[in-house]
Amino acid sequence: MAIYRLTVDGKPVSVDAAPEMPLLYALRNDLAMNNPHFGCGLAQCGACTVHLDGEPVRACVLPVSTAAGKAVTTIKGLGTPEKPHPLQAAYVAEQVPQCGYCINGWVMTAAAYLKKHPKATDGELRDALAGLKCRCGTHVSIMRAIKRAQQSMA
Amino acid sequence: MTTRREFLKLNGALVVSASLPFAQEVLGQTVVGKPPLVPTELDSWVAVLPDGRVQAFFGKMDMGQSLEVAIAQIVAEELDVVPGKVEVLMGDSGTSCNQGGASGSLGISHGARPLRHAAAEARRLLLERAARHLQVPESQLTVADGVVSGGSRSVSYAELIGGKYFHHRVEWNRQTGNQMDIKVQAKPKAPSEYKVVGKPFARRDVEWKVYGTGDFVTDVRVPGMLHARAIRPPRAACTVRSLDEASIKSISGARVVREKDFVAVVAPHEWDAVRAAQMLKVDWHALDGAFPEMSALHEHIRAAAVVKRQEPVKRGDVTAALKAPGMRLIEAEYQWPFQSHASMGPACAVADFKGDRCTVWTGSQKPHYVRDGVARLLGLPPENVRAIWVAGPGSYGRNDAGDAALDAAFLSKALGKPVRVQGMRTDGTAWDPKGPASLLRARAALDASGKVVAYEFVAKGFSRQHIATNESHPADSLVGQALGMPAKPTAIFGVPSESYAFENKLLAWETIAPLVDNCSPLRTGHLRDPVGPELHFASESFIDELAAATGEDPVAFRLKYLSNPRHAAVVRAAAQKAGWQARPSPQRRRPADVLAGRGIAFAERNGTSVAAVADVEVDRRSGRIWARRFFVAHDCGLIVNPQGLRYTIEGNVVQGLSRTLFEQVRFDRNSVRSVDWSSYPILEMQDAPESIEIELIDRPEIAPSGAGEPTMRVVPAAVANAVFDATGVRIRSAPLEPQRVKTALATA
Repeated sequence: MAIYRLTVDGKPVSVDAAPEMPLLYALRNDLAMNNPHFGCGLAQCGACTVHLDGEPVRACVLPVSTAAGKAVTTIKGLGTPEKPHPLQAAYVAEQVPQCGYCINGWVMTAAAYLKKHPKATDGELRDALAGLKCRCGTHVSIMRAIKRAQQSMA
Repeated sequence: MTTRREFLKLNGALVVSASLPFAQEVLGQTVVGKPPLVPTELDSWVAVLPDGRVQAFFGKMDMGQSLEVAIAQIVAEELDVVPGKVEVLMGDSGTSCNQGGASGSLGISHGARPLRHAAAEARRLLLERAARHLQVPESQLTVADGVVSGGSRSVSYAELIGGKYFHHRVEWNRQTGNQMDIKVQAKPKAPSEYKVVGKPFARRDVEWKVYGTGDFVTDVRVPGMLHARAIRPPRAACTVRSLDEASIKSISGARVVREKDFVAVVAPHEWDAVRAAQMLKVDWHALDGAFPEMSALHEHIRAAAVVKRQEPVKRGDVTAALKAPGMRLIEAEYQWPFQSHASMGPACAVADFKGDRCTVWTGSQKPHYVRDGVARLLGLPPENVRAIWVAGPGSYGRNDAGDAALDAAFLSKALGKPVRVQGMRTDGTAWDPKGPASLLRARAALDASGKVVAYEFVAKGFSRQHIATNESHPADSLVGQALGMPAKPTAIFGVPSESYAFENKLLAWETIAPLVDNCSPLRTGHLRDPVGPELHFASESFIDELAAATGEDPVAFRLKYLSNPRHAAVVRAAAQKAGWQARPSPQRRRPADVLAGRGIAFAERNGTSVAAVADVEVDRRSGRIWARRFFVAHDCGLIVNPQGLRYTIEGNVVQGLSRTLFEQVRFDRNSVRSVDWSSYPILEMQDAPESIEIELIDRPEIAPSGAGEPTMRVVPAAVANAVFDATGVRIRSAPLEPQRVKTALATA
């Protein structure tokens, strides 16, 4: 066990944990951040995605020790109902959810990708979203939301 | 709108049943004077709050298709309030009657009925009171958004009854579950009077999901709770020879719970429970070779003894007609694999057993039946158990949620502490109840003119209810079976739902015995649109084969035989939407690497008619199928919320496409080998359709018949027929994965 200091959604926090414990368990249990979800524990689905210094990472496999000294952003820190990230606003406008458990993966991955590739084509977007799962099959409205966000960010 | 947490705090007073005193501490409110939670009390269905908002108590729930909004619209319509004022409290056995949970796409068709009647009755009672209050005859009163006006005065629902109970009896039809309904004196509105029903309204579950401000069942925390992981054995029907508790002693606070063949680990910290589950050494005694080789699965089904056969559709004499001289005989056999619910996250539940009572938070889509199952498992009367549905990580039938709920309850009682159970990925993929594998055979006789004179369709497979549709009996759960309660399977499958008017026609099903009776990762249960995709994959592929055999256009061929005008209407509408050009399939082959084709399929499901056209591209080099565009025509009677309906249809198309192209449970002689997303791949974004165009056929004069599942069943055949159109090759085994397609094209 060791103490790890990091910032989560702008707030400095510390976690006392085994170094190999995935960041997800620190966020969910030690810091009571419910929004990143456990989907697979294998980095195969994206439900746990957060930004680490701005880059999307799968918190279910990233050791908490790796996040020490870095800035973690969850979907809750990405934007708020009062000040939404364009992707969150687009999700609302396009009314995307079915169950909604997968949303972290799509929003956090697309937010980081669009920042670097604001003019990405449909095909590039589809490739960039590889490895993310949505079991309810909302893919078509997810794409609509991402393209809407892309336009609003242009 | 309030947030979900505030919502419970604000409204707790009215939603807690007085017959469940322990529930008060859950919601932190004391309640006096509420009538018992029984279907015969109007207060069990609807309430007006002091501020004029309305609560509807719904014994089903919305799993993400915006059913919640449709229910609010229906209640608002009958009460004459704006839909935004209606809050729908869903799936809590402490606040709603047992309407059967989510089941069979019946949320609106059946679930809304008693609420509609209750809302109409509440309005009638409120108008009676208003007439007395305003001293104006009821016939001269008008209502607008919960305000009753007459003469020159007005009074609001809130003033008339806000925060108080109706104490009014209604007549219950004595049915529990989906069929539950009530009879009231009020007459609900005629569809021609609807102002709110039929209009699009935004869903209510987007904000909290996208801003991360609400709770899934995985986020429920009870002070002092322990984290648990159930240990599923490596093979089916294992028994415990011994286990080595010392193998986890390095993890402080972790311990083992074992009862007969049920094994779990618990720890105060979740990561410790995860590690303990990985480290615990259990010596299992296992069956050897309980399963056939995966490649021999359909040979097994073909050879297996029939447990039960039914012939739901039988017209004329098919056997004689098939043997008649001069007939052209067409026959084909189709194969469908085991499929997994593979919900987005493995199931989770939290249980809090205290004294002689237990509260369970569950993602199960049938929480009232969780209550019953927990009561039976723990030996409690059902009224001492409260099951509260909280949105789970996806639910498409009898997935792993029921097992998690019963695991958590069992462990909470065993430990005397609140317990949170969540599976690992393999528990949601390898150990959920599976959609049954099947073999589907069709034969037809055509006369010299090409007319179909006889048609026979026989589905043979594992029962869709080896495990029951809900978890009300522990014998249908893994913990129950591990404790020695044997499963009692129901033998049931199904036949295609259509109206092809062939003069000699037989539609039959046959079930076979489960591979392993108890504690099997290949036990079968309801998976969204139970047996619909496989039946219509086969039947609608076969109809296409008949059209091809007679050189007819697939749309024209269907229209020639469909006898139900609503069926014909969706076929026409889908074809028109797709810009369908009449010609036989397959189209003329061209020497190209990527071949395009179009296919149609049609089906009914409990009164809902749907047809889909798929435009696909087949890459001959890789075997990849891209279903680029879908055109769907959908008729479910009266449409309550067209916006919600479109999204529901879209989800059906994409999940159906995933099941068509990618999904099959892999196994060897002993174990299920589909344990995660790489061994159970589903559709990803690269393979999602570019567009799904939907034609909604609204029939206000016909009661709504449901949309949660019907579209799923037309997707597989629409795709397979399009592949045939593109390539001239008929693929009769699902999934249509690249390797299979490549091989089929190479050997054609």
